[in-house]
Parts: sequence; C-alpha cells; structure tokens
Amino acid sequence: MSFNLETAAHPEKLRRVAIDPVSRVEGHGKVTLLLDEQNKVHQVRLHIVEFRGFERFIQGRPYWEVPVMVQRLCGICPVSHHLAAAKALDRVLGVKHLTPTAEKMRRLMHYGQMLQSHALHFFHLSSPDLLFGFDSDVAKRNIVGVAEKYPETAKKGVLLRKFGQEVIRCTAGKRVHGTGAIPGGVNKSLSRAERDALLADIYRIVAWSREAVHLARELHTSNPALYNSFGIFRSNMLSIVGHNGDLDFYHGSLRARDDNGGIIFDGVDYQGYNTILEEEVKPWSYMKFPYIKSLGKEQGWYKVGPLARVQNCDRIPTPLAEAERREFIDYAGGTPMHAPLAYHWTRMIEVLHAAEVIKDLLHDDDILGNDLMTEGARQQEGVGVIEAPRGTLIHHYQVDENDLVTLCNLIVSTTHNNQAMNEAVRHVARRYLHGKEITEGLLNHIEVAIRAFDPCLSCATHALGKMPLEVELLDAEGRCLDRLAKHGDGRFYPGLGQGA
Amino acid sequence: MSDTFILDGREIPFAPGQTILQAAMAAGVYIPRLCYHPEFKPHGSCKLCTVKVNGRHTASCTYKAAPGLEVESNTEELNAERRTLVQMLFVEGNHFCPSCEKSGDCQLQATAYELGMMSPHFDHFFPDRPVDASHPDLLLDFNRCILCSLCVRASRDVDKKNVFALAGRGIGSHLIVNAASGRLADTNVALEDKAVQVCPVGVILRKRRGFAVPIGQRTYDKAPISGQARTTWQEEG
Ligand code: SF4
Ligand code: FES
Repeated sequence: MSFNLETAAHPEKLRRVAIDPVSRVEGHGKVTLLLDEQNKVHQVRLHIVEFRGFERFIQGRPYWEVPVMVQRLCGICPVSHHLAAAKALDRVLGVKHLTPTAEKMRRLMHYGQMLQSHALHFFHLSSPDLLFGFDSDVAKRNIVGVAEKYPETAKKGVLLRKFGQEVIRCTAGKRVHGTGAIPGGVNKSLSRAERDALLADIYRIVAWSREAVHLARELHTSNPALYNSFGIFRSNMLSIVGHNGDLDFYHGSLRARDDNGGIIFDGVDYQGYNTILEEEVKPWSYMKFPYIKSLGKEQGWYKVGPLARVQNCDRIPTPLAEAERREFIDYAGGTPMHAPLAYHWTRMIEVLHAAEVIKDLLHDDDILGNDLMTEGARQQEGVGVIEAPRGTLIHHYQVDENDLVTLCNLIVSTTHNNQAMNEAVRHVARRYLHGKEITEGLLNHIEVAIRAFDPCLSCATHALGKMPLEVELLDAEGRCLDRLAKHGDGRFYPGLGQGA
Repeated sequence: MSDTFILDGREIPFAPGQTILQAAMAAGVYIPRLCYHPEFKPHGSCKLCTVKVNGRHTASCTYKAAPGLEVESNTEELNAERRTLVQMLFVEGNHFCPSCEKSGDCQLQATAYELGMMSPHFDHFFPDRPVDASHPDLLLDFNRCILCSLCVRASRDVDKKNVFALAGRGIGSHLIVNAASGRLADTNVALEDKAVQVCPVGVILRKRRGFAVPIGQRTYDKAPISGQARTTWQEEG
C-alpha cells in the first residue's frame, strides 16, 4: 500500500502502526504524525470513527425500511442519508421523476438540513476559533464566549439553526429521524398552517444568512496571510452540479475539476459512479480512500463539500448567493481557492443559497399538493447521490425479488475528504511542529484544520463542539516521542487515557 | 345490569360472564394488555393485565368479574411489575423502534410509553432471526414477535387455516409457519385473513407500505394507548 504523497525517499522506513480495533475509543479524533530520519513530518494519519458494519446491517432488510434506518448513520446530518437512500430506492422502484410535490418537499427538507447543519458548524463549532483566535483562552473559546462578546451574532446563529430544524420537522415529521421521504415519493406535503408559519420567518432568515456570509468573508479577507495559507494543499474537487451547471444540493450529475479548475469529467450520470470512482483500503484506517479512477490513487484524490461545490458549479441560481459567489471567485483571482479555511466562507454562501431556495419553495403551491407518490417498473439496483452539508454522499443498493436488500455500498462525505484532511493536517504539522514536542499550540492548529472540513466525527456534536483529540508523534522507528490530548473540557493531558 | 365491582376505588358495572378486563374496557378504564383481543378466547400469557383481586395477583383477561370484588390495577406496584415485563419483551427480541415501520402504531411501544419505560434496563439478547420475505405481499419480521399468539388464534379460529403456530418451550418459544418449507409463501395465507390484521407489533406486515403514514397521523400520535380504552381492535371487531 505504498502511497506517494509521502515525500520520504524510503517510505518503507516509516514504521506503520496498526491500530487495534478494540483500542479505538469511540467519539474522539486521533492523529498520528510520522517523522522521517531527519525528524520532518512525512505522513499524517487521521483516525476517525466510521460506520463499520452498517452496510451489513442493512443487508437482509426490506428496502422501504432503509431510508429511515440509515439516519442512524449520522447524528448531525441524518436527513442527507434519509434522502440519498430514498433517491437510490426510487430507482429500484423504476421511478426517475417524482411528482412536483414530492420533489419539492424533499428539496425543502434537504435545504432546511443544509441550513441547520452549516449554521451549527459555523456558529457553534468554528466561530469561537475564528473570532477569538486559535490560541486564545479555551475557557472563552466557545459559543458561550461568543454570546458574551458578540451577542447578536450568537443569537442569530442559534435562530438560523432552529429555523432549519423547523423546516425539517414540517417536512419529515420530526426534527431528527423523521420519515418524510419514502421510496417513490413522500408521505406528506405542507399544511397551509405549516407553510405560513415558515413564511413568517423566512425573510429574516435570508437577511441573517447574508450577514453570516459577510462575517465569514470579513474574517477571511482581513487576515489573508492566515486564511489563504493555513493548511493549504492543492487538489481536485468533486460534486454533483444541477441543470446548466447550477449549484444544486439535491440532484444533478457528477463533475470533477483539477486543481487549476480544468474539467476532469462532467455530466456523468451517478448511476455509474463506480466506473469513475474507486476506493482504496489502507491497513491503518477503517475509512476508505476514494479516488478518481482515471487519475489513479496518487493523483486522483479530491476534496468535496462547500469549497468544492461553490467552485465546481457555473453559477448559483439564486441572486443573493450568486452575488456572494462572484465576490468569492473574484477574491480568489480567477484560479481555484484551495485554502481549507475558505470552507467557512463558502459554507456561509451555501447557507444564504439554502435560505433563498427555502423562500422560493415556500412560495410555490406545489408544496401544498396531494399527489405524493410515483410508480414505475421494478429494477434490482439503484444509486442515490446527494450533496450533503459535508459533501457528496453516495448510496447504492441492490434489492432482490423478495424486496430485501442484498447489497449496500455507501460513500459518505467525510470519506471523500479523507485524503484531503490528512493533507491539511500534514501541512499544518510541518509548519507548526518544532522539535520533537507536541505543543498545545500545535494541537489547537491541527484541530482547526480538521474542523474546517466539518468531518462527521461522531464526536463533532459534543458539548459546545469541543472534540476530544489526541495527537501522537512517532519517529522513523515508530517510537512514540510525544503525545498530547485535549479533552472535551478544553484541558490538555498527556494522553486521552489520563485526566478526565 | 346492576352487578358491580370496585376497580381502583371506582364502581364498575359488568354483565354476567364478563372478565374484569372486559368490564373495565366497557367502562372506558384502561388496563394494560398485549395478548388480549375481544374477538378471541383469552390466552392469559403476557401477564400485562395482571391486577390484584382482593389482594392477590391474577390476570384480569381471564378472571371473571363478580359482585363486590376489590380490584387494584393502576398502582405503583403493579405498574412497576408491568414495566419489567415490557422491558423483558424488549430485550428478548430485536425491537428497534426508530427504524420500525410499526412505530407509532405498535402496542408494545405504546404500552412502554404508557408505563413510563425509559430504558430496556436488561441486557439485550440480540437473537438472530432472519425475516421471511418469501410471500409476494407479506413480510414476517420475527425479530419483533412477542408470542402473544393472536395470529395463531385468528388463523385457527377465524380463518380456519392454521397458518401460524408457536413452537418450542420457555425461552426457546418461537413463531413458526405451517408449511413443510417453513416459508410463508408456501401457505395458503391471504391478505384478507384475520391473522394478518391482528399482530400488535411489527411482525406480520403488508409489504411496501412502511412509513406511508406520516408522523403525527399514526394511531398513538393522536392519543396514548390508555386514551384509546376502546381500542382500534375493538372498533374493528
Ligand atoms: S406474530 Fe404478532 S400476533 Fe403473532 S404471536 Fe407474534 S406478536 Fe403475536
Ligand atoms: S392480556 Fe391478559 S395475560 Fe395478556
């Protein structure tokens, strides 16, 4: 499994450490930094908890249960799994086009999800780092600190998220783990009362979303030295794009660009995703490493998520968000922006777009309709792809003649970003590691780099967004030189086993 | 009908031959139960309907009402015992409410809510029970069977088909399908059969219907099971 991102002349000399499955602690991130003989960081391994075994759990279950069941995959964006599974199973039922009501209800649900997830990430998890600085007092570097110093910002962040959750509740029946989408359609439309209640708030939500973009932009543009370079690496980018190259989170075809923005492929029907993407398994990680087949494992990895989407599309089909996209593209200077911290800015552009789309959908009477289901000629296989908050999400199922699932393959957003996150951490580690000691500053910076991708670590929702994180430093012989852990309470300990 | 007995301090009239449970239901008083169905002979197996008659535990679905009985039902003590029974049912099978299509329409779940069950309390058995999806229109998910025998009684007494039976003993008890192959597809079960309608949990299911009813419109979204003393069964029956 030699991997050429390694810069060591003799990668075989970099000792590899197998992580024992049982020794992994659920709910924390672990980063291993491997040094070469000159004590330079040569490789980074990010170990995160993934959904092992879930695929097998689905096999043997009736297909109509799947969109509900897969929501257990993720505590932060269950709606994305719900919809990706429903889309795949639409195809199993031979349904290519939903009724207008069904499609718009699903879109509404999804854009509500985008709004709530992005707002959670930016305001609760990241704004403390961005507003106070990565090395600021941990006691203040949290949403409570933000609420004290920037009460309006914090309040709007909380309300944006709440609104998104309310959209989900009205479309899925519950704020978490609802049932709205069923293979072939949806089980409800909006009542007039629900529509009117959401409409009453939507203009405020659009306005606040716009402020959020401006806040993120200002943070970025006022400190270009940091924001344009922190953890930077160049890579390909992947997402689905909608009709005419529009930004579309719910449906479209696959497009990939190279690091200069050149098209690698475009307009690819995702039913054939496995003809263009391949997944590599590495012995030290449960999470696979996907790559673009035509480019091979070494060149073919890519990033997904807001930074990829906003630069992959040709336009955003809502006016306010489109204006912000243009400003972003101008700032980047006509060449793709690869800086991980630019995820925040693009994430907020997406929040604004989601708010505008929700506004338009609420004005569309189709969402009050009664025609909810479509039927088609039964197939044995289906793929559903959606742009989840964290990036492209692929669900693939085969269903037998008795209606039971016989195959399930999922590629989740965080998995697509796997190599990209490792790269970002490697760059940060190279810049901030001095000597053989893991300092608190280094650990903080690694954390900020990982968080920019908004990975769905099961711990990402921990109280106030502080994920327990352990960093260890191994020399060329594989000996542990140092280890430092930060617990959920923000305090540092020599290892995760200690303290708490 | 002048005869009465006392249930939790309240006077309950009854007709000759009625059980305590039947009289309570007729009077709109809820007594938890899972294996009772008004159309079938009481089975007395789930024990959820246990009350104290003149101080002694007994199943109210089988105990005949009699003038002047002193019956306790809705007490801390009895509800705690019922809660334990429900917890045992939950851990014995694989009851995964969040992805079960019967959620919101399931009597086991509704009863657990009614009794204030917050957790399963015991270790899960996690039995391995593959589903039977052989029938074109029906699915059997044995993971959720609570062995109430209602489908057995319905198939035998109403449908006259004997499609279902309980086999094994004690902890080894399980539902079987009466066909040489053991598969539902090889029986003469039909969608209109009573046996297909009576399962209180999510074992015998119409295929491809799951989750069609949105949250908010399911049976127990509207009122808790105790608020439906005249249950949907009774209305149907
Ligand atoms: S299948 Fe349903 S009705 Fe039949 S015994 Fe099991 S729980 Fe009772
Ligand atoms: S209802 Fe009486 S024992 Fe089950």
